[in-house]
Amino acid sequence: MTGKLGLDPALVARARELARRAGQPVVDLARSHTTVSVERAVLRLAGVTGADPDGIPWVNRLVDAVVADVGLGHGVAAPVFDALAREQIGDVTLLAQKAAAGSVRFTQPTGKAATAARKAARKAVAAGVRQIDRRRAERDRLVKRYGDPKQRPWIYLIVATGDIYEDIPQAQAAARAGADVIAVIRSTGQSLLDYVPEGATREGFAGTYATQENFRLMRAALDESSRELGRYVRLTNYASGLCMPEMATLAGLERLDMMLNDSMYGILFRDINPIRTFVDQRFSRQVHARAGIIINTGEDNYLTTADAVDEAHTVTVSQLLNEYFAHEAGLADWQLGLGHAFEINPDVPESFRLELAHALLARELFPDAPLKWMPPTKHMTGDVFRGNLLDGFFNLVGTMTGQGILLVGMMTEAVVTPWLSDRDIALQNVRYVLGAAGGLHEDFVPAPGGFIQQRAHRVLGEAVDLLDRIGDQSLLTAIAEGTFGIMKRPADRGKGLDGIAKHEADYYNPATDILEQAA
Amino acid sequence: MTEKKIVRPYGDTTGDGMVQVSFTLPVPHDKRAEGAAVQLANKMGIDPAMLVHAKQMGDGFTFFVVYGRANHLVDLDKVQVVERDFPLLSAKEVNTVVKQRLRRKLSVVGACIGTDAHTVGIDAILNVKGIAGEKGLEYYRELKVTNLGAQVSVPELVEAARREKADAVLVSQVVTQRDAHLHNTREMSAAFREALPAGRRPLLIVGGPRFDETMTGELGVDRIFGRGTTPGEVASYLVHALITDKKARA
Repeated sequence: MTGKLGLDPALVARARELARRAGQPVVDLARSHTTVSVERAVLRLAGVTGADPDGIPWVNRLVDAVVADVGLGHGVAAPVFDALAREQIGDVTLLAQKAAAGSVRFTQPTGKAATAARKAARKAVAAGVRQIDRRRAERDRLVKRYGDPKQRPWIYLIVATGDIYEDIPQAQAAARAGADVIAVIRSTGQSLLDYVPEGATREGFAGTYATQENFRLMRAALDESSRELGRYVRLTNYASGLCMPEMATLAGLERLDMMLNDSMYGILFRDINPIRTFVDQRFSRQVHARAGIIINTGEDNYLTTADAVDEAHTVTVSQLLNEYFAHEAGLADWQLGLGHAFEINPDVPESFRLELAHALLARELFPDAPLKWMPPTKHMTGDVFRGNLLDGFFNLVGTMTGQGILLVGMMTEAVVTPWLSDRDIALQNVRYVLGAAGGLHEDFVPAPGGFIQQRAHRVLGEAVDLLDRIGDQSLLTAIAEGTFGIMKRPADRGKGLDGIAKHEADYYNPATDILEQAA
Repeated sequence: MTEKKIVRPYGDTTGDGMVQVSFTLPVPHDKRAEGAAVQLANKMGIDPAMLVHAKQMGDGFTFFVVYGRANHLVDLDKVQVVERDFPLLSAKEVNTVVKQRLRRKLSVVGACIGTDAHTVGIDAILNVKGIAGEKGLEYYRELKVTNLGAQVSVPELVEAARREKADAVLVSQVVTQRDAHLHNTREMSAAFREALPAGRRPLLIVGGPRFDETMTGELGVDRIFGRGTTPGEVASYLVHALITDKKARA
């Protein structure tokens, strides 16, 4: 692997080895703990649906009831299916309703009862996993029928009205105008809700609630668009926040195609407990692997808080960690939409060459990953004319360095939520650059030993140094001490801490069993 | 050079009044659509209006760019602006002032009180994620932020403020059913008055989309922030009220 940057293969291998060393203790932690959200995801796979009259999902009521009686550390599958057999109830949702009313007691079964409960739980969860498998096969069929976008990068556009019934025509219009991927931004604050809202929703704050019904409605609408346009239009949402494993599960059940799913974003930017995040993340990535979903990681966010030149290596470090965690959870390279962004201050001399160096470094480090290239936001000032030019340069870097997924930049970033005309102008910008320079990556080879090569080598070197330091003290300590961004996030603090439990000796999770068997 | 009182927009000649506007009309692109765009420009005071660009978007929309001469005059003497009563500082400036003049971290405790579970407001102001591209108060190195989250009782809030030696307490109230936001706020300010002597009471700030910003006295708080407030404004106010203009506090 020499490529266009002449990276030292030994140094690249060392970077991966250090990422593994830093990540391994976290994986061990994730394998030995569970969370309320992981257990709720298991119940969703086992077929528990719906919510109580207050809108609290039955999976929450059921997990809460089991935890009150036997704790979380055994996993809820065995106690739930044991109770189901004892109470002679045919349906898990019905059991959840009875449990919520206080008319069912849970115990951790032993002996024959335990074997029977595990067998029944596994059968129910396997049906849910089969549904995810069917959805994946359905996607493969539709992609075959309608085809993938003709060009790379895929063009990724956001809709976010707060009302799913407004989002749908907007998403369809965006697809018609050229979008290959539609992302529905979530309502502000959803990541901190410890339950998934139910049903179609029409009211959100700066975004639309992610619910199973909203997923279904939007996917159906984009299937219509795919048919009309003769290319498969992909749908994106978020597997992040306190309900990450459930979001991943619902995405698999409703054939979403991409999910934002970063290893550290929730910890750093939402103050979610680090252990909760890593446990939830491993499960959600196992589900994504099974569902054929492409994950999008969130490295672009670091650059909105930290300086994009000084802290460029933290992006590389995070990409390497995300890659390690993703592979460990069974995701293939084609599913790794590792993130990075065009966020260098345009007043910095040679900022464009620096951007090229950083983008090419990511490309060469992860040659088989469909990198997600994020547009400028931090230095968009409200000067829409300059913003449009910056977006043009962003698009140019994207095509020159072969990025896989391009999030379309808006010249009105930080001014208004995109108007119809803003989106049209932004897409016109993308089309011009891809049309005029779509093959430029073939000719673009940085001069050996020149500015771009040197810069890329330096960033990789700094990334290796940082990984080396993390390796000496473990990733959790590094996060606690504020290595990433400036946020100090100790492992014994943060939101969702009380929803974690260490596995008991008889912990049983049929979903993990099935998902790991496949891998 | 004498200062002008009356000015007009400047294109390339003094007094030419030239402006440029762009907009979308919900009609397909044809002759009539172009005429409609010129009519709108005329009504906006642009006459003559030159339609320089028209492009259909999707089925039923057309985007226009219009250049032309605005027939309005601006009287500089009659310009009225509402001044904020504190200067807006950058995160860096806030940190510098706190570091140099307070010489310790400024402690902020935030919560949604009562039954209100809507943490959108308090999270937008406090979380690093912030809002509208502006980072929240957690991002400020010199601020120590404790976000208690949703459904915090008033006694819990007072206790947390005491424990964290809060310089300021931020409370967010979104739910307004039966004036819950007003009752909760009065209860909170009364509890702080009871629990702590005037000199040691933290600065009390409430925020939410339905508050009237002039009701501070009635609610017993130091400041009310309404819809659209950004973390930067809150941080700037904290520095103003607690450090640079301490006497302004009653």
